[in-house]
Amino acid sequence: MKNLNNIIPDDDGGGRRIIGLSIGAFAMFFLLLSRLWYLQVISAEDLIDQSESNRLRFVPVAAPRGAILDRNGKVLVSNTPSFSVAVIPQDVKNKDQLIDNLARYLNLDRKEIETKWTKGQGRAKYYPLVVASGITRDQMEFLEENRLALSGVNIEMKPIRAYANGTLASHLLGYLGEVSEDELNSERYREYNAGDYIGKSGIERAWESYLHGTDGGRQIEVDARGRFLRTVAETGSSVGNTVMLTIDLDLQKAAEQALGDQAGAAVAMDVNTGEILAFVSSPDFDPALFTGRMPPDVWKKYLEDERHPLENKALKGMYPPGSTFKVITAIAGLEEGLIDEHTTVQCTGSYKFGNATFRCWDHKGHGTVDLKKSLRESCDVYYYKLAERLGVNRIAKYAKAFGLGAPLGIGLENEKGGVIPTEEWKLKRFGKKWYAGETLPVGIGQGYVLTTPVQLASMIGTIANEGTIYRPHLVKRVVDADGKVLQDYTPQVIGKTGLKPSTYRFVKEGLFAVVNEAHGTGGMSRLWEVKVAGKTGSSQVVKLRDSKGGIPYRFRDHALFVGFAPFEKPEIAVAVIVEHGEHGGSAAAPISGRILRAYFEGKGVIKKPVPKASVKEEAGGEGVAEPDTGAKEE
Amino acid sequence: MFDRRLFTNFDWTLLGLVLLITAFGVINIYSASSSYRDIGTPYYIKQLYWIFAGLLLSLTVCSLDYHMLEDFAYWLYGGVVILLLLVLVAGKTTMGATRWISFGFFNMQPSEPMKIVIIMTFARFFSRYPVFKGLTLKELVYPLLLLGVPAALIMKQPDLGTAILVSLIAGTMLLFVGVRWSALGSLFAAAVPVVVVAWQFLLHDYQKKRVYNFLNPDLDPLGSGYHIIQSKIAVGSGATLGKGFMQGTQSQLRFLPEQHTDFAFSVFAEEWGFIGCLLMLALYLFLILWGLGIAKRCNDRFGSLLAVGVTAMLFWHIVINMGMVIGLMPVVGVPLPFFSYGGTSMVTSMVGVGILLNISMRRFMF
Repeated sequence: MKNLNNIIPDDDGGGRRIIGLSIGAFAMFFLLLSRLWYLQVISAEDLIDQSESNRLRFVPVAAPRGAILDRNGKVLVSNTPSFSVAVIPQDVKNKDQLIDNLARYLNLDRKEIETKWTKGQGRAKYYPLVVASGITRDQMEFLEENRLALSGVNIEMKPIRAYANGTLASHLLGYLGEVSEDELNSERYREYNAGDYIGKSGIERAWESYLHGTDGGRQIEVDARGRFLRTVAETGSSVGNTVMLTIDLDLQKAAEQALGDQAGAAVAMDVNTGEILAFVSSPDFDPALFTGRMPPDVWKKYLEDERHPLENKALKGMYPPGSTFKVITAIAGLEEGLIDEHTTVQCTGSYKFGNATFRCWDHKGHGTVDLKKSLRESCDVYYYKLAERLGVNRIAKYAKAFGLGAPLGIGLENEKGGVIPTEEWKLKRFGKKWYAGETLPVGIGQGYVLTTPVQLASMIGTIANEGTIYRPHLVKRVVDADGKVLQDYTPQVIGKTGLKPSTYRFVKEGLFAVVNEAHGTGGMSRLWEVKVAGKTGSSQVVKLRDSKGGIPYRFRDHALFVGFAPFEKPEIAVAVIVEHGEHGGSAAAPISGRILRAYFEGKGVIKKPVPKASVKEEAGGEGVAEPDTGAKEE
Repeated sequence: MFDRRLFTNFDWTLLGLVLLITAFGVINIYSASSSYRDIGTPYYIKQLYWIFAGLLLSLTVCSLDYHMLEDFAYWLYGGVVILLLLVLVAGKTTMGATRWISFGFFNMQPSEPMKIVIIMTFARFFSRYPVFKGLTLKELVYPLLLLGVPAALIMKQPDLGTAILVSLIAGTMLLFVGVRWSALGSLFAAAVPVVVVAWQFLLHDYQKKRVYNFLNPDLDPLGSGYHIIQSKIAVGSGATLGKGFMQGTQSQLRFLPEQHTDFAFSVFAEEWGFIGCLLMLALYLFLILWGLGIAKRCNDRFGSLLAVGVTAMLFWHIVINMGMVIGLMPVVGVPLPFFSYGGTSMVTSMVGVGILLNISMRRFMF
């Protein structure tokens, strides 16, 4: 015992207060008892009636999701009714027989129905259990005809997603799937129930809270045998909000067609707002298959395809930018005062650094090269030498100033940031110090450098508008069912590069030459009616000592092109990457040209079909650096 | 070492009473969960494990002199407040609420021990504080701060039920210590803006919805109003004698939500009727009066305060749970002590009983 003061003094009223508390407790219990008396004795008859003869049941009514539209209001995703078969376990007389019948009528695997049945067993016996979704009209009619043999079976109408243009923009739009147990346990899906469909990727996932409507339901009264008597209360479901994207349906179509079935990505962006006008990842997939029953063979095909159709390459694909990165090295050189537009370098076809030889893509050499020529003909030696003088940290400073190496916050989940290496980065990542020889490939966008197509589009867009980085975004507006605008997106500036105007002028002149001058590598993106500027690139996938013919697909170089137009007053920036397309000039530049053409045709700037470009393709196998020895790792 | 008198003075009545209630609880859980077709250990078996674990803990608590708690009270308070802060920073989110800290092999919900710790803290605080004419408003500042910090942290999780319980337990102890009428009046006046602010900023929409629905269940007969309506039908249809063991149609057909946990009593009321409810109420009332009796018989202020606190904790659980089940109070997730299924509730209640037994058998030591 601690101290003797602790003993209760006689006069502190402790005993009296215990009596007070006891009286309080009595009073509370009396209140509870009175209420029980009221319910169980006075109102008993009424409530027995309700419990015995009539029972209340809750029938959920799913809300249709909001539509997804393009920037001009054209429908990309809407809803269509779908029929599913639900069983109310309480009303089923013979479970095994019913499962047999259903399996036979619906041509389903018996095990599949049983699994669904088992999964739903935690719930109330009167709660409808969906055993098959997306049944055909024939199947539905057949079930209706055989209703007598199928007691406890209900056919439910539920709205499901309809993709107006099939596989178009599938990575961007995303797909739906049943909410998982982990998701149900998270704050984000607090209001959801098991069996609900939610957006699993793309816009469907990122904008779930807007697209998902409010489920309704009916409380119905049924008799002791589960037969419907009347609707007691009803809460209407309310449709989700409409999300209007920044995408232009026609441009998206053109971009997808231009890429064809080649693996890769294309991103088109408004350089003055950051609005994404086209967002392609190829190959695509059919989002409708995810909502219904995905045939196992299709799923297997998706998973085994070496071109990874389920991966969103525009957002998550990280590629070495190759020679498209030379614009950053050039900018760094100009800004740091190491070069001006007249600075020349002698290209003999290779550059010796230590005991390693770094080759130019043109083994014959470019001769005397100044800045404009270095960009136009994509001379590697020019950039090896410049990179050597800059050092990796200074290159990184300018790359990062253009938003490379970190997610731009486009508004979709899991956006990748890429890699812009620095000395510190390597020490952190590998615990090793940086070697000077590793800087040279960085100068031509190889080595450790990785960027995403979205970043490349933003980079070239920033060069086009001379220094303003807009947040690339995909949603223009959100409108509710009554047409009220809930959110309206205005351009958001996320950074300014703050470079000298002359730097932009010199670089842009070079980019114009790439597309429009003789020996330019990007001639195939040229339009006659509108002036285009850009840069080609090829990025090495693996180091191949012998790259003569017969290289397996997965080892071929990636082809890239970044560009903008019109040159004088830029509106649109485009980044294209063709996986294993080998040469930027021949594989990526023409795709970019077709996207730009579609854009200006849509605007009425280009009116009639134009004869094919007569400029000979000058793009060769440029931009792939390959040291003779393993000196890169020295 | 072990005083023989401890054994001769053991409070068999209290232990017997608790065991009787837990027995009814297990039988009820057996019936309530019989319609579940879940694979795995049945709930009533799991509940038996919890009772066993709770009893062990309870006997451990009562074997150590409760005066030790006086030394540890503030340390425990500080510790649990830190855990509550940790929940906010690094808590584990389940079903939309962040209430748990994961220690890898088990999850801990710090708001639960806070119920006991606040009792110890208040007992310690007021045991050194002779009060003759009741606490003044100024004297209330410090204890209200002691209560306010954990209560706000628990509310933030959000766990409205536990926050209210902790406040009610502390409030009851304050009443026992004595509060001047003037102070009480000012407190009520001050409570109004606090409630308004809490309603505006601390309560989540779904919690407000529950209050609205309690006031008018017909507002949302499909959502939270559904629980109240169905529970009232179950309780009422039990009538005077009940429908009989395992014969409750409402519960057996699973119209009732959470029928083995928070709504366990409505299953009991349906199956055993008014007579059964009368018996349960009598048992619980007896338990409460017995707890207050222990407080009265105890000769030291700390023990007396501790006994009042533990009794208040049991009392408010009983009143809120039963009140909710029969539609007298809003639906907040508060279990019925010794009766609802659940390990956490069983362990906390049993620790409380351990403290009561402890005080009861050491009353001769003065």
